[in-house]
Amino acid sequence: MSEKKYSKKHEWVSMEGDVATIGITKHAAEMLGDIVFVELPDKGKNVEKEGQAGVVESTKAASDIYTPVTGEITETNQSITKDPSAVNKDPEGASWFFKIKIKNKSELDELMNKADYEKFAKENSN
Amino acid sequence: MNTQKTALYDYHKSLGAKFVPFAGYEMPVQYSSGIVEEHKTTRSNAGLFDVSHMGQLLIEGNEDLVTELEKIIPTDLKKIKLNQSKYSFLMNEQGGIYDDLIITKVEKGFGIILNAACKNNDFKIIKSALGSKFKLTLYNNLSLVALQGPKSSEILEKIIKGISSLKFMNGNKFSYNNKDIYITRSGYTGEDGFEISIPNELVEDFAKKLIAQGVKPIGLGARDTLRLEAGLCLYGHDINESTSPIEANLKWAISKRRREEGGFVGYGKIKSDMNGSLARLRIGVKPEGKIIAREGVKIFSKDNEEIGLVTSGTFGPSVNQPIAMGYVKLNFSKPGTKVLLEVRGKKHEANISELPFYKKNYVR
Repeated sequence: MSEKKYSKKHEWVSMEGDVATIGITKHAAEMLGDIVFVELPDKGKNVEKEGQAGVVESTKAASDIYTPVTGEITETNQSITKDPSAVNKDPEGASWFFKIKIKNKSELDELMNKADYEKFAKENSN
Repeated sequence: MNTQKTALYDYHKSLGAKFVPFAGYEMPVQYSSGIVEEHKTTRSNAGLFDVSHMGQLLIEGNEDLVTELEKIIPTDLKKIKLNQSKYSFLMNEQGGIYDDLIITKVEKGFGIILNAACKNNDFKIIKSALGSKFKLTLYNNLSLVALQGPKSSEILEKIIKGISSLKFMNGNKFSYNNKDIYITRSGYTGEDGFEISIPNELVEDFAKKLIAQGVKPIGLGARDTLRLEAGLCLYGHDINESTSPIEANLKWAISKRRREEGGFVGYGKIKSDMNGSLARLRIGVKPEGKIIAREGVKIFSKDNEEIGLVTSGTFGPSVNQPIAMGYVKLNFSKPGTKVLLEVRGKKHEANISELPFYKKNYVR
């Protein structure tokens, strides 16, 4: 898989061919706190860049998950809907959210690299 | 409005607290271990809660005061024993609730613990109801901390001798560093525990002693999941100025004599609610799946009739499932009734449940 890219809405993207694996960042998982519910998009659904593509809930509140790229949902990670707390344990590894067959690879150029994201996250955490 | 800080603010910070503004105060919502861990620690060991934002009111007076207070608070203040505490309400004319409170008979009169967001308004209401005859003091030089959990008594006994002999909903004066402090065996988590009223200048030292005994600091986040599992109401959400105590399923908190005799503000509504005109009731709801129904979620019957509203909901770490409270039309309030919860436009199956969701461990 390719080096991860990061969005301003705290999702990460990893590419393999034209399929993007997407999840939420470690920083996002920490900010959300204990995750107790995950809702994922349906397989086969077409999603637009920055469109809503799922929900996570912590003990405190519900937050929307957005997709950083446009395309068709090819796979969803059902293990995190069964055990939402797994997202806190390994947000950037085993607890990915969904895979998208992407339409336009140039969208990836608008995303941040790890160092830039870390700087962004630090500046935007309260 | 300036945000206020409690006397423990710097100590919370040193313990790794994340703060949120709450009722005009900067309060810790959680510490580094997170809400679920704090919740479980309180259920299995002991947790320390800073509740100094709550109002501590003393009203001085004797028999006359009992008569006057009974006009606005529907508990039996003639029968209450010295150092005994009761959960009650400050009632409005329509039979709604201005605030829920804990009232304790003390030597000088009555001590009342009020919600932070309501305390200044409560003070005005009580002052105008009582007139100038009685002295009212809303303390800002006292802190209030709650020690909650099954190990509370054993731990607090090491610091304050004799504490373990207090019975639930009873209090007494104790001494700490040669100063008077007042402790009641009470709390709002569904666990055994104590609430300690202590001068501001002593509270950090006292809190440090508890932490040194293995007590963990607990924020408002876990306080909310704990009280919800215990089926306890959060003012401004589950009860407010337009919910009567009968609708709120809190009839038990109105003393028998008061239910029969009345003589308090809003009794008309209470009486008619008790005599057949009750239209809705506060209930517990358990979603069948993992969906969380929060405040404002609409409740439908299985025939898709809108029958009520969720007033608070979360994931209950000790019951290990989502839980909620709300109001439904009376004929749908029986535990076991199948209902639907509309979350983000989709209806999800749920069941009306008994309250509390989590069984209490009070020492009586």
